[in-house]
Amino acid sequence: MAFEGLADRLQSTMKKITGKGKVSEQDVKEMTREVRLALLEADVNFKVVKDLIKRIKERAVGQEVMESLTPGQQVIKVVKEELTNLMGGEQSKIAVSDRPPTIIMMVGLQGAGKTTTTGKLANHLRKKHNRSPLLVACDVYRPAAINQLETLGQQLSMPVFSMGTEANPVDIATKAIEKAKEEHNDYVIIDTAGRLHVDTDLMDELQQIKENVKPDEIFLVVDAMTGQDAVNVAESFNEQLDITGVVLTKLDGDTRGGAALSIKAVTDKSIKFAGMGEKLDQLEPFHPERMASRILGMGDVLSLIEKAQANVDEKQAKELEEKMRTMSFTFDDFLEQMGQVRNMGPLDELINMIPGVNKMKGLKNAQIDEKQLSQVEAIIQSMTKKERQEPGIINASRKKRIAKGSGTTVSQVNRLLKQFNEMKKMMKQMTNMQKGKKGKGFNLPFM
Amino acid sequence: MGFMDKLKTKFTQNKETKKVSEKYKEGMKKSRNTFSGKINDLIARYRKVDEDFFEELEEVLITADVGVMTVMDLIDELKMEVKRQNIKDTSEVKNVISEKLVEIYHGDDDEEIKTLNIQEEGLSVILVVGVNGVGKTTSIGKLANQLKQQGKKVVLAAGDTFRAGAIEQLEVWGERAGVDVIKHSAGSDPAAVVFDGIKAAKSRNADVLICDTAGRLQNKVNLMNELSKVKRVIEREIPGAPHEVLLVLDATTGQNALNQAKTFSEATDVTGIVLTKLDGTAKGGIVLAIRNELNIPVKYVGLGEKVDDLQQFDANAFVYGLFADMLEEEVEEE
Repeated sequence: MAFEGLADRLQSTMKKITGKGKVSEQDVKEMTREVRLALLEADVNFKVVKDLIKRIKERAVGQEVMESLTPGQQVIKVVKEELTNLMGGEQSKIAVSDRPPTIIMMVGLQGAGKTTTTGKLANHLRKKHNRSPLLVACDVYRPAAINQLETLGQQLSMPVFSMGTEANPVDIATKAIEKAKEEHNDYVIIDTAGRLHVDTDLMDELQQIKENVKPDEIFLVVDAMTGQDAVNVAESFNEQLDITGVVLTKLDGDTRGGAALSIKAVTDKSIKFAGMGEKLDQLEPFHPERMASRILGMGDVLSLIEKAQANVDEKQAKELEEKMRTMSFTFDDFLEQMGQVRNMGPLDELINMIPGVNKMKGLKNAQIDEKQLSQVEAIIQSMTKKERQEPGIINASRKKRIAKGSGTTVSQVNRLLKQFNEMKKMMKQMTNMQKGKKGKGFNLPFM
Repeated sequence: MGFMDKLKTKFTQNKETKKVSEKYKEGMKKSRNTFSGKINDLIARYRKVDEDFFEELEEVLITADVGVMTVMDLIDELKMEVKRQNIKDTSEVKNVISEKLVEIYHGDDDEEIKTLNIQEEGLSVILVVGVNGVGKTTSIGKLANQLKQQGKKVVLAAGDTFRAGAIEQLEVWGERAGVDVIKHSAGSDPAAVVFDGIKAAKSRNADVLICDTAGRLQNKVNLMNELSKVKRVIEREIPGAPHEVLLVLDATTGQNALNQAKTFSEATDVTGIVLTKLDGTAKGGIVLAIRNELNIPVKYVGLGEKVDDLQQFDANAFVYGLFADMLEEEVEEE
């Protein structure tokens, strides 16, 4: 990432202050300047930043920070609290109409990801809420947009309603509702064409669709990478259509996503979902607090921990820690670990959630090839039980057999054995380090 | 104010250039409103050049998505300049501001338009890359149309085999422009599509092959590697190719555009930028940041939905588009 996170920025400012004993108003001013720059670099809208800084300053000059022993951390805490407050609570509920079908309309600029999100949302409704949605292709302008939605429908085995590119989007939407009633679909998701919020003709069209089908939800789909203009986009869509929620897309990129804050601040509508990848199941509820951390460049530790918790059995983790300390870690344990880690999702995604990863040279662009992992798995699985327990006994002929059994080469087997030994050494160092530091740093079993 | 004077004469008096500048003026109406309009407003409200003035100027620039670093540099330079020339009155500072901005937009380069590197003889290959949803396929469609009108034989390769409907989208553009589209089925290897594209373009004696690729976020290392592979295939098949690697950027993107430009450059040696959706919503401030921090030339800008709204980027016309109000006001004053 091009810019350092707020924590790093503040650290350098703090260096000047440490040893002073007392924090002056000038120091606070310098700190808030850093906060301001960090927020601006994260694409938070200028006006929103201004208001925030004012509030943060008030709190910072107050006792809370001045009398604290660690003013830098205190400032971060205040900033994070303010950000989280501003973004409001978690809100991923979707309206349910008492007279089905419940109608959801997707709107937004071109290229924000409306059609993909329509597919993801349909998948979410079916999987999490056991609903049967009908998808409606109202984007008659962009070439092959209808085709795109139909393909998504096929992938999900869900019905898609379309009337070609000649029909009027208002008619399509109206007819789709009738169809949904006939077919007993309890949700209708209307995908509309992307449009600029300043395009009055197309905005009128949306209003007409709205008047005709009376949607229960209007979701504004916004690209998380949007810059300062996010405010204007959100504001005018909200003014003209009175949106009910926001879906933030492409959050799996490396943008800080300050747009989220701006949108919430100007529309006061909650961000309900976040698009976290290209696959159709990668739509997640939006977590304001995590977003605050991300905007500040503090890493998404919470998401990581949650993922780890969901997939790692705590008892197993304890056992493992014990094994790490006593150096009795075997290939069996290694295999088990790999399985657990892989259950959490793509590894590069996980690595990016760790705070400070940007600063670690080796990890920054850590590229983990899932294929390679499968090979490692195959190698281990080709070992006998005894070999897994005592890798020391693996001699040349055993290596040949393992390579043959796993469809790899002897040199690949060698490499794994070497890596395994190094890992064991590293684990010992790490456990020693943690003892020294009184458990500081975090203790993930697979690290 | 030598340079701005030259611009003004050029765009208000020469008929040919006036047409170009009108298009920019129209397309960038909103950009202008936020840019020069705000600067004018600022100058009207402040009499004295002081800290507050600079702070608000900073605000105007940042709101236009000019990179934070660039703005900080710019403000520092302005402060120096104001001190040096001993400027106290805000009306005088206006010239300095526009000159400094133009300097960045313009760079040291004298060449006004960065044309595409299309070979006189043989096949030229253009690879188009970018993140999801920036308008790669649409830009390719428009570009193909324009090249065709210039009498070139164009072939398109549908390298976006991932997104649903992407191949069909390119096919529609191919039909509209009347050019051939080489495609495989969805989900196939993009490098193979491009390989076939090259073969087909060669055997059909085409002048230009434009390769579409799937949108990808720049932090997905495996996907970026896939892109490098596509490029390697092109390099292997035609020495000296790809002749252009165009990175498509959405003008509404914020600071992340810099990350995009950096990472895509590392993977594919980007030779030029296509800045889309500059009409209506965007402010194009990111052009400044990219110029200043990465030095990759902008070759095309998207100023609207129509085919000919994809314009060759003309730094002078762009600057004129941004400052049109300011300049015209001065004409009136004179």
